[in-house]
Amino acid sequence: MSELEKDVIQNEDTSNAAVENENVEIAQSTNPVGSTENLVQGVMHEQDIKTVAKKQTVGKILGQIGLYVFLTIMAFVVIFPFIWMIATSLKSVDEYYDASLELVLFPSFARDFKNYAEVFTTTDLEMYFLNTVIIGIASTLMSLVITILSAFALARLEFKGKNILFAGLLATMMIPGELFTITNYKTVADFGWTNQFGSMGWINSFFNLTMPFLVSVFYIYLLKQNFMQIPEELYLAAKVDGTTDFKYLLRVMIPLALPTLISITILKMMGAWNTYMWPKLTTTNSDYYLITIGLREAFSSVDNQQPDIPLQMAAVTMVSIPLFLVFLFLRKYIMKGVSRSGIKG
Amino acid sequence: MKVELQNLTKIFPSRNKKKGEPDVVAVNDFTFTIPDGKLVGLLGPSGCGKSTTLYMISGLQQPTSGRIFFGDEDVTDLSPVNRGIGLVFQNYALYPHMTVKQNILFPLQNLKGADKMTKEQMLQRAYEAARLVQIDELMDRKPSELSGGQQQRVAIARAIVKMPRVLLLDEPLSNLDARLRLQTREEIRRIQKETGITTVFVTHDQEEAMSISDLIVVMKLGVVQQVGKPQDIYDDPTNLFVAKFLGTPPINVFQGEVIGEKLYVGENAILDVKGVEDQPVTFAIRPEGFELNENGPLVCELSNVEVMGRDVSIISRHANAVSPIIRSIINADNKLDVSSTTVRYSLKPHKVFLFNAQTEERIYFN
Repeated sequence: MSELEKDVIQNEDTSNAAVENENVEIAQSTNPVGSTENLVQGVMHEQDIKTVAKKQTVGKILGQIGLYVFLTIMAFVVIFPFIWMIATSLKSVDEYYDASLELVLFPSFARDFKNYAEVFTTTDLEMYFLNTVIIGIASTLMSLVITILSAFALARLEFKGKNILFAGLLATMMIPGELFTITNYKTVADFGWTNQFGSMGWINSFFNLTMPFLVSVFYIYLLKQNFMQIPEELYLAAKVDGTTDFKYLLRVMIPLALPTLISITILKMMGAWNTYMWPKLTTTNSDYYLITIGLREAFSSVDNQQPDIPLQMAAVTMVSIPLFLVFLFLRKYIMKGVSRSGIKG
Repeated sequence: MKVELQNLTKIFPSRNKKKGEPDVVAVNDFTFTIPDGKLVGLLGPSGCGKSTTLYMISGLQQPTSGRIFFGDEDVTDLSPVNRGIGLVFQNYALYPHMTVKQNILFPLQNLKGADKMTKEQMLQRAYEAARLVQIDELMDRKPSELSGGQQQRVAIARAIVKMPRVLLLDEPLSNLDARLRLQTREEIRRIQKETGITTVFVTHDQEEAMSISDLIVVMKLGVVQQVGKPQDIYDDPTNLFVAKFLGTPPINVFQGEVIGEKLYVGENAILDVKGVEDQPVTFAIRPEGFELNENGPLVCELSNVEVMGRDVSIISRHANAVSPIIRSIINADNKLDVSSTTVRYSLKPHKVFLFNAQTEERIYFN
């Protein structure tokens, strides 16, 4: 039946119904007893609907206004530290330390954007930036390879002690990360990676910053679960189609688990970008500072009693931009990753 | 390519031996030769070992014992790729992230050594296969954008693009709706005829198996019950299980007794059965084996009549019937007194099968 025909029939139906209603009304009006009552009730009812509808609309609008006010306040709470950071980065040191101006949000713009230029002359921001990018990309790549292969083994292969191994891996997740600091430090020191001067310095530093964090049980677990959702038949089909296990991993499993892998990549990169405690604890040569420590150390020189906070804020603002961009463009994947992972990055 | 199965047995070891769970014998001593270029249906209820048999032919599962030959070549120890088979899975198992074209190309891209093809050759083969199953218009779509029937065709195209020696189909129609099922089974028949590939398919639907197979293998609990042409198996089942499993509406089963070469049900002798010794028997009558006869020996209690146009289906009951209802199919030209409480039948002897009451094996009579 075509849409048109359906329409016609529907119209007929409704018109029939209307005719019936009329009949009912006629029947009621010809009925001497209670007919007026019925009519009055009908009218009353109509009025009710109008007022109810009006109330409903008003309620809806008020609700929306309330909601937007609330959201605006919350958004402001979230964004305020950033505004404060940017405002501070535009102030001069004197302006910043002037108590009378403490709560003034908007700077005099006396410094324009000179702070931003000065960052590059007073610190090695480019170097810290580069260090962080290298460590971030390298550790993410190595970590991805390890995660994918382990998840594949746990999800797809059959070997003795698999379940015990997996349970053991999961058990390590129960230990707070901070507890590993001492053992990690001992390991790293025994390998000599804390010795970061001389020709081997950068390699030691590289190992020091990447090795302790290559294996993330949580990501392995996440990916393993994802791999296990891929139906068995695809594996069998791939066998019939002549793939090896490894090729199946590359051509079928990885593409199918891509959203999870992207989430892991982003979270890992963000982790590398934000990491502070371990590099602070173990990096002995300032040439290998990551951006977080670099920013912390650079502007609090001993001879100047007042650290140049506005300058620091200018640097922080610039450093935040990459993360901000990542978040802007890959929001969807980050949200997915976080909601899957339960915040722990 | 002739496919020969010799004493094929598959035992799944018990998962919990300590608790005395027995091993599962999925397929028991299966010997059968599939003739070259034929379409063979493995038929049986779920858990009868038909899928296991198919997987063993494909090489995805190794038989516990027994050998498999393709032609004269023993392929028992070969992997699925080296056997040269195409397999269509029940849920199609298309790679969801690839387009139809990439799906069909996938087996070709994995070819190694002398079989390796150039890109043009692969594309040409892929399009040939796609044209054969009539999906060449859909080559750039993803599987999720296709209907069930179209996905099925893609799966078949992927299976035949390598020009396999044997094509295997696992429940090929079970995921389709009724109308598409009819259409697709004819399609499978056509594709099989056009390519001439020896094809084995698994189904639990006897109608499906009967309608397109050259040969049917009926299985139960891992044991082959009967092998033969669909009509032969229908007309001449070797035991009660086969008789009950084939045919819609199902066969009507009764308890009876043979005394003096006559078949008695209750007090009434209803059929002459020459050459059968006196014994209690189970017997079964096909729905079309009944004839209305006012003086017929089989008296049933009439309960309902369903009109189907060409035929009428008479539903009745009998105290000695094993099946809850007796359904007979009678030509609509026969007039039946619907107001009557009983209906009387005479029987067509070749539509009545006798079985041993204990073993349920067929007892032949003249």
